[in-house]
Amino acid sequence: MSVSSDDIDKLATLARLRFEKDEHADFTDKLGSIVAFVDQLQSVDTDDVAPMAHPLDQSQRLRADTADPNIEREQLQSTTSSVEDGLYLVPKVIE
Amino acid sequence: MTALHQLSLSEIRDGLAAGKFSAREIVAAYLDRIEQMDGALNSFITVTADAALAAADASDQRIANGDARALEGLPIAHKDIFCTEGVRTTCGSRMLEGFIPPYSATVVNQLAGAGAIVLGKTNMDEFAMGSSNETSYFGDVHNPWRHTLSPGGSSGGSAAAVSSRLVAAATGTDTGGSIRQPAALTGLTGLKPTYGRVSRYGMIAFASSLDQAGTLTRSARDAAMLLSAMSGFDPNDSTSIDQPVDDFEGMLATPLNGVRIGVVEEFMGDGLDDENRRCVEAALAELQKLGAEIKPISLPNIGLSVPTYYVVAPAECSSNLSRFDGIRFGHRADDPEDLYDLYCRSRSEGFGAEVKRRIMTGTYVLSAGYYDAYYLKAQKVRRLINADFSRAFEEVDLIAGPTTPTPAFALGEKTDDPITMYLNDIYTIGANLAGLPAMSLPCGFVEGLPVGLQLVAPAFAEGRMLACAHHYQTETDWHARCPEGYE
Repeated sequence: MSVSSDDIDKLATLARLRFEKDEHADFTDKLGSIVAFVDQLQSVDTDDVAPMAHPLDQSQRLRADTADPNIEREQLQSTTSSVEDGLYLVPKVIE
Repeated sequence: MTALHQLSLSEIRDGLAAGKFSAREIVAAYLDRIEQMDGALNSFITVTADAALAAADASDQRIANGDARALEGLPIAHKDIFCTEGVRTTCGSRMLEGFIPPYSATVVNQLAGAGAIVLGKTNMDEFAMGSSNETSYFGDVHNPWRHTLSPGGSSGGSAAAVSSRLVAAATGTDTGGSIRQPAALTGLTGLKPTYGRVSRYGMIAFASSLDQAGTLTRSARDAAMLLSAMSGFDPNDSTSIDQPVDDFEGMLATPLNGVRIGVVEEFMGDGLDDENRRCVEAALAELQKLGAEIKPISLPNIGLSVPTYYVVAPAECSSNLSRFDGIRFGHRADDPEDLYDLYCRSRSEGFGAEVKRRIMTGTYVLSAGYYDAYYLKAQKVRRLINADFSRAFEEVDLIAGPTTPTPAFALGEKTDDPITMYLNDIYTIGANLAGLPAMSLPCGFVEGLPVGLQLVAPAFAEGRMLACAHHYQTETDWHARCPEGYE
């Protein structure tokens, strides 16, 4: 499967990345060679093989979705400057 | 007396207990070396000298009070992928250049709780994506054995720092070989525990079904000491496994007599450097002399491990790294036009080329129309690879082979072609796909450069593997060799 320049644009949009003109060709080229490399998996017979998501075949533990009073909001939000009254600031999204 | 910086962790522990030197003397000696020598190596991103000296004084007080903990006063460094409360944690990326975590990783808390003293945070490939430490935003790390060569990656800073005796031991992480490969290329003992053995909480995620924290040390004994402190169930990591923590140091004496070691036929053929093969074969002969039974085994699907990994790991990476949105933490672009522009520019400015490549690869294999052909297919092949290991462990107790195809390679040598770089991990990736514990230990030299022997064990059999390594290190001194200029 080859990777086209249009594919790169589409993937970049999905991944929220943007490439400059001079990077574009290099990414198309290298992603193409990675996809060609992993394409060798297509020839493996995997009929009747179940996919493996966890290396020891265990399922993930879940916890109750409850608020943890020990988490301090102010401390947690100290990692960004764009906070006001406990809210994260982003560019306007509704006109 | 041996210079302080040449002492192993266990020797420092014994010396401190006997009052031969203080924790402050040890820590100060290492900090001096870092200041004088790290300019040429670039193995540290952040050095926490003041905090380390204060912790050393507290350790000396505890020792004086007869209150020493298991790792009291022992100087270590953390790969800069582990969150350290109040201390900058970059993950080798511009994205996190100014990130000061509000909490510490479980591993960081466990080692601090056992008394270990952190000298600083080590350099690494950006977000642990690389095999040469050349993708770091903070510059290449140089191999102490020859400065023009790579120390390997992604835990290259930890490897260079321990190998050059700038710190006694360091943590690392291993997603496809990122502890074992740098350990092999710098003459260290590198341990990747069983998936789920050590908590991933606070360890910045790359590929969550593969990532595991471990150690870079100068001996199997030192690895055993750290592993006992780092292991254990953590409710904060949903993949942490509730298994009893063994006394790994106590298990080192377990005899090697009758232990069956399988040599992977597929790893000893084409692609392995002849001189590397000679070192590995000599090591196997030594293990046989020590009582092990050596027999050939086959892992028929192991040749598919690199392509399988380069679907699974980028898929998980693209999902994990979507959290870097420029809003809650990390790099934020100036003057965004709108929200989409804020996301795109923050990420494009913050991530380097290899990270973007992996995000793009992951987005590709997960996108509509390709998911079944790539991601689901790779998960199925992963099961085949896993089944090969399970079959092999019905016949043998441990698996052995080379860690890398060649000794250390030159900085710049493989940066133009991602596939060539990816193939450096051809022998190590299988253990990550199967979640198995594995380690690399020094087994010889080729033209002055260290070569690694890899051992792989069944899940949770780290003790057996460490005992094998320890017996080998009792009879050989490859692991004790020090690079010239760092004696």
